[in-house]
This record gives sequence, structure tokens and C-alpha cells, in this order.
Amino acid sequence: MKKEFSRRDFLKASGALVVSFSAASVMAPFSTAQGPFDTHPSHVDPAKLDSWLAVASDGTVTAYTGKCDFGQGMYTVQTQLVAEELCVPIEKVKLIQCDTSVTPDQGTTSGSQSTPTNFNTRNLAQAAATAREALVGMAAQKLGLPAAHLTVEDGVVSAAGGRHISYGELIGGKHFDITVNSTAKRRSPNQWNVLGKPVPSMDRVALMTGRFEFVHNVHIAGMVHGRVVRPPETGATVAHVDEKSVDQIPGLLKVVVRNNFVGVVAEKQWQAAQAAKNLKVTWKPAPGLPAQRDFYNYMQKQPSRDAMLVNSKDVDEKLKAASQVLTATYSHPYQAHGSIGSSCAVADVQADHATVWSATQSVYPTQHGVSAITGLRLENVRVIFVRGAGCYGLNAADTVSFDAALLSQAVHRPVRVQLTRQDEFISENYGSACVIAQRVGIDTSGAITTWDCETWAASLGGRPGYDNPGNVITGMLVGFDPESIAPRAASEPSGELRNGSNAVPSYLAGCVSGKCGGEGSIRSERVLTHGVKSPFFTGPLRSPLRLQNTFAHECFIDEISSQVKVDPVAHRLQHLSEARIIDVVKAVAKAANWDARPSPKRGIAHTGTVTGRGIACVAYEGDNGYAALVAQVEVNQASGVVQPKRFFVAHDCGPISNPDGLRNQIEGGILQGMSRALGEEVTWDERKVTSIDWESYRTLFLGIELPSIDIVFIDRPSVQATGAGETAITLVAAAIGNAVFDATGGRIRQVPFTPDRVKAALSARG
Amino acid sequence: MAVFSLKVNGGVHAVDVDPETPLLYVLGDELYLRGPKFGCGLAQCGACTVLVQGKVVRSCVMPVSAVRDREITTLEGLGSPEKPHAIQQAFIDEGAAQCGFCLSGVILTAKVLLEENPKPSEEQIQEAMSNVLCRCFTHTRMIRAIKRCQGKSA
Repeated sequence: MKKEFSRRDFLKASGALVVSFSAASVMAPFSTAQGPFDTHPSHVDPAKLDSWLAVASDGTVTAYTGKCDFGQGMYTVQTQLVAEELCVPIEKVKLIQCDTSVTPDQGTTSGSQSTPTNFNTRNLAQAAATAREALVGMAAQKLGLPAAHLTVEDGVVSAAGGRHISYGELIGGKHFDITVNSTAKRRSPNQWNVLGKPVPSMDRVALMTGRFEFVHNVHIAGMVHGRVVRPPETGATVAHVDEKSVDQIPGLLKVVVRNNFVGVVAEKQWQAAQAAKNLKVTWKPAPGLPAQRDFYNYMQKQPSRDAMLVNSKDVDEKLKAASQVLTATYSHPYQAHGSIGSSCAVADVQADHATVWSATQSVYPTQHGVSAITGLRLENVRVIFVRGAGCYGLNAADTVSFDAALLSQAVHRPVRVQLTRQDEFISENYGSACVIAQRVGIDTSGAITTWDCETWAASLGGRPGYDNPGNVITGMLVGFDPESIAPRAASEPSGELRNGSNAVPSYLAGCVSGKCGGEGSIRSERVLTHGVKSPFFTGPLRSPLRLQNTFAHECFIDEISSQVKVDPVAHRLQHLSEARIIDVVKAVAKAANWDARPSPKRGIAHTGTVTGRGIACVAYEGDNGYAALVAQVEVNQASGVVQPKRFFVAHDCGPISNPDGLRNQIEGGILQGMSRALGEEVTWDERKVTSIDWESYRTLFLGIELPSIDIVFIDRPSVQATGAGETAITLVAAAIGNAVFDATGGRIRQVPFTPDRVKAALSARG
Repeated sequence: MAVFSLKVNGGVHAVDVDPETPLLYVLGDELYLRGPKFGCGLAQCGACTVLVQGKVVRSCVMPVSAVRDREITTLEGLGSPEKPHAIQQAFIDEGAAQCGFCLSGVILTAKVLLEENPKPSEEQIQEAMSNVLCRCFTHTRMIRAIKRCQGKSA
């Protein structure tokens, strides 16, 4: 890989000689333009069409995106998008992903935001539509015909009678020099030739034959190898580092200590691994960890930062008036991202500039972090995305990028840092532990009259963003503080309903300031959230908080349905009011040939293996995708083992950009959800994390009995495109828990559903 | 340090490394191969899998000195983009990957399974793949790809 590279060089190299792109503008640290997304201004101005696209004289299109592919298919589907909007063959499009020198700052690739951001009427989609209209406009001038009389196919603009001109002839190698036109017309889904088709993932041949370059495969001339030595106990600090303890390791270049950060650099990776293993570090212990067995109670007693999301102020009164009140508390553990590849990064930090090859989801924020940690000027740091192992959120890709930058700066050579599995398991930013307590009032007809929900979520740190390198372990070890919870009482809800974490159950009307943004009909409602300080780092893990909250809500509605002896699907529909969530519930019930009756089954034998079905539904983040899931499970009541046999899912994410990619995401999401529901849990003792490898952190390997998965797509071409990578996984724990209840009459309110917890729930049946 | 002669993907390479160096580091850092990858370093996940004399080996815990003069095959040695091996072609046809980091373990383990047992039962496939990990949970497509190859000469 080339080390120093201006955007201008890049555009030349990619076949577009963009003459008016001056080096001065590349080097200017900031333009005054602010992007239409929540990011900082950068030198690549998203208002300019040329920031997104270049067309070379051979008609090749180079597109630049700030949303990158780590296995979720964004490379292929964004290539389809550009090909579709520009009416060029997909082979003519080259996509450049996430590089602070050349791509627009689109913040972080996360949270099911790539599709909403780049596939609707702004950013990449709008840029491509603008380019097509501009090219047709140029052709109209050249041909002396109205644009309306021209058609475009395969990058050639044609008029009736055979006159035509190609994109390459029109613009080849030159700048468009126009702004992205917010009214340029997107091609409508009924015109689509490339988008909406099951285009196979474009990386598949390289992947299957071992040719694909991951960040782990990046080699830079003169590169040496680093390893880190993390505090073995949570919160421990460095008392002394005995550098002499590794004097004998051949190839050792340096022991690097900066505040509580400790690392080593050696010529070869094995030497670095040996040095890290043998380096004698005396750690000053931290006060210790709260006991895991009592942790959910502990969380509820901590000072907290509170938010009231809805409050109709009649909940207590309605609870008093109710004919029945039902109460239940659910809990969800910390879970690890547990990428199969322990994280890796390569950094080349010179005296006045740096390049970092990183699997980060956030190249621009990482640029800021590296700048803060190395003291280099922001504009002299370049971060280039190279795919790592699937991350599912904030794994250790950011922190290892900081590690590599620190170690490279210390030895003045390019350094590759490979974390060990244990490094990553003990100090990654886990998905938050949560407690969700709920109460409802029910009237004599079985209708829910009021819903009261109170949640506690533990957090510390998170994404470093632009300003908080201490939000991940490396930043904190060198001396930056992590963002933490500043306790604060809740104020009354105002403005609009904010349900980005799905803290408000779907059955609530969600009324704030007189406007009801929820999906349900229950108008007596109160949702209070508490953020509490976590002893461990936390960060977004696929469907962050939304999965935890939905697990609790969707199991609780099931408990209520059982209590009033109403079929769980019918009872949901009775309390839902939003059309799209109602449609997915109906569609999945139909697909699964839903056996409409109250749960649990009648006449359950308390021994042997029994079967049951459960349902769950969600409006992801309130309005970013809709799904309903039915699970059919088998429960061995002697062993406590739960075996999902079959899943049915109905899915609505608006217009579907690539049905094969979507299917892959849903299938993977369901099985990952099954692993998280049945086994995954971070564990710890008085001082340290004890889930440190694939034996102590349980997951489902390939050799499991696989449930079948049936998917029903609800294609809505005329609405905005939503996210789709996190909807299905959000529902799995709830659907399985409800199916276990249906099969056995035993209710499990704590994830994961280990055999011991299942057996305890069965014993509690009486 | 010592010089070793390694037979990898049909070629012979001399490398000068500590004899205890795991084979994985030699393949990645000295020979620039991309197939085998560092997953856990503990022989638990399979991402580092290579074939040594046709048998599945976890290269992250295999000292290089133990495989000198043996035939080593990595995922890229199995087939090329132009001419993938049948099992690679089945994975391509099924789109059986997301991030793809695990594929050395998945594809090479399946290849050996099918060589030893061209028509494995469901249970035999499960048994063979029971210590291979894919954290994107592309299991459904991967197992389908393996079944697609059943009965074909591996």
C-alpha cells in the first residue's frame, strides 16, 4: 500500500484526472461546509458532487462512501446503488470506502444507519442521481435536444434516431463542479435493473479462495510487530515495569510504558508475543468488582442518570383501579462482540504525520483519536479502513488502532498490533447489562389499561467519537477519561418521542407534547430509564439496548396474554395501532400457520421433551425497520436444554436493495440471536473478567443442530429505505423465551437461557 | 533462529525464524499468505486452519519446526479465483460468508470431512464442524454449501 496519498493522487490513480482539485484544498483542514449528517466538517465537502463521484474517460465510475463493509454487504449494495442511479453496468463502478483522505465524513458505519443514510434522498444516492441528471443535461446541450427526449443505458445517453454520446465523452476526467441537487430524481424501484436484485456479494470469490485482504494482512515496508499488556484485573494500574525481564528476548525493540499503557515492539510477531507474555509488570490492584451473582440488584441501587420518555401522569391511579396488576423484572447480561479475529491494526507514525490501517467503523473519529493520542495535527493523520473480522458493533478495532499508533510513535517504524483473544475478551466494550422492571394494570375484559416500565442500563465509555479517546481501554490507559454517567434526575418528557433504544414498548401510544409517536394504543404510560456506571467498558453491540428492552417487553406482553388467557398474537394486535408492525405480526402468524390459543399449552407433561411456539415483534428504533419472529422450540425438561427447531420471520425495511444480502443478514442475525439468548454471558469474579476464551465464553459453533429459517419479505418500494441488519436479532431471545413458556409453562426472565436457568424456571412452575 | 524449508501450496520456501514460532505467523508474516488468520491463538476457533499432509491442523499452535518438509496447503492453495476447488465453488454458489474471516477453518475442515466420508450424515457433518466457529453465524449457508458437495470427489 502506498503510504502518502493525496485525494488528488487517488483520483488520478482511479482513472479520473480531476484537474481542478487543488492540493491546497486537500490540505486545508476544514472547510466551512457542514455535512447533512451528524459529523464534523472535513476537507471532503459532502455538498459537492465531486466528493462522491468521478467519471473517467473510459466511463468508469469511482464512488466514495463513508459507509464501509465489514461483512454486512455494504460494498456490494452501494455499488449496485451507484450503478442503478447512473445507469451503468455494475462492473463499471469502483467503490472507495472510508478513508479520511478521500471519502466524505459519514461518521460511523453503525446502528442500521447505512441504508437510511445512503439509499434515500441524500448523500450517495442523491449524488449519483445528481450526476445522472447532470450528464443527461450535458448530452442535451451537445446533441441540441431537450433532456426529456434522451434515454440512458450502460453509461451512454441516446436520442431517437441513433445519436448518442457516452459519459466518458461528456465528463471523462473532469470535475462536475456542481453541488448535490436535493431535487434530482432518484430512479424509482419499478425502473430498477441492478438495485433490488440478488446480486451476489462481490467479495465472495476472493474470500473463498483466501485472496481477500483483511487488516490482518496489511504489510508495510519496514513493519515490525507490537503486542500489548493489559491490566489483568479490571481497573488495575501500573506500579512497576521490569524491562530487564525481557532483555533476553531476541528481536525486542522496545518496551513502551505510557501512564498505564504497556506494550512491546519486536522485529517479529512471535518475539513480540513472547515479550508481552514474559514482561514482569507489577500492578496496583483496583478496589474490586461488585459480585456478579447480585449484580442486577446492585445496578438498581447505583446513582443514575435518568430520563422520562413518556409519562401520562395517570399510571399510579390506573394501577390502583385495575382489576389485576401484573409485575415482572427481566435482566440481560453483558455480552461480548467476540469477533472471531482478535483485533489488529497497522500504524505508521512519523515525526509529523501518521497513517493508520484500521478496521474501525469510524475513520474520521479514529483520526481525531489518533491525533489526540499522538499529539499530531489532525490533518496530518490519515485513517484508512481495511476490513477486519465481523465486529457487530464496537469491538476492539478502535482501541487496537490507538495501540498501533502509540507503539509506532515509540519506535518510529510502522507497527502491526495483534491483540490476543484474552486482551480483547477482558477489556472490550461489552454490550450493556440491563434490568427492565414492568407493571401493567388489566381490566376485567383482559385489556391492558396502563403500562409502567423502568429500566437500568450499565455503561462506561463507548465509541470514542471525535472527542473521547478514553472511551476505549487504550485511551483510558494513557490518561484520557472515559465518558461516564453523571447522575441526574429525570425531567418531564418534552419535544418528540425518543425511542431510539426501544425503551418504550410497542404497545404504548408514546404520547409526548400531545403528539403520539408510539406503535400502540395504551395511553396510560410511563417509561423511566436509568443509566448507571458500569465497572466494565461498554459500547454498542448489535441492536444495543434495543435487544435487551425488546426481550423484556415482548416476554412481558406474553405473560400478560397468558394471564388473561388470550392468544399472544391476538393480544398483541389488540394493543397495536401502527400499520407496519401490525402487518409483520399478521404476516408471520400466517407464514408460521400460527396455532391461535392462549399460552401455555394445555395439559403439559412436566417430564420429557415438549414443544412450543412463541412470537415477538419490533419497530426497530421506533421507525427504522419492522419485523416479527415466530420461534418453534423443543425443551428437554430433564436436561434443561432448549433446541430451537424452526424460525419464521416477516420483515419490512421499505424497498429491498438486495434480497440475497438481506436474507444473509436475517439468517445470521437469527442464529447470532440464538447464541446470545442461549449461551453468551460475560462472567467475572471479585477482581477480573473470567470469560476469556471460547470455552469460558459460550457460543454456538458450526456443528449445532440448525433450526430452519423461513423469511417473508414485505417489500414497500414507495417508502423510505430503513436499516435491516439488526431487526431480526432483536427478537430472538423474546421469541425463544415465549416458546419455552408455551411448551413448559416455565417463564425465564434472565438471558442467557442456560440449562440451569431453564430447570430453575421449570421447578418454579409448582 | 534457524532456517527451515517449508513446502507450501506446491512451492518451497526457506524461512529464518525461531523454531518455536507458530506456523501461522510464518505463513502470514514471512510468506504473506492471507488464507490462515489469527482468530484466538488457542486452537479453539479454526480461523488459522491449514492442511498438513492433507490433515486439518490449527496453525496458531503448531510450531514451524514440527512441519518442516511436510506438504502444507492453505485456503489459497486449494484453488484459485479462476479455478476454485469444488468446495470453494460450493461456498461461492451459496454465498456462504459474511465477513469471511473464518473461512479457512470452515472450508478446509469440510474438505477433509468430504474426502474421508463423501456422503456424511447430518450428524457426521455436525460432529466434524463442532469446533469450527463463525461469529457472523452464516451457519445455514455454510452447511448447505457442504451438502452441495456431498458425493462429489473432493
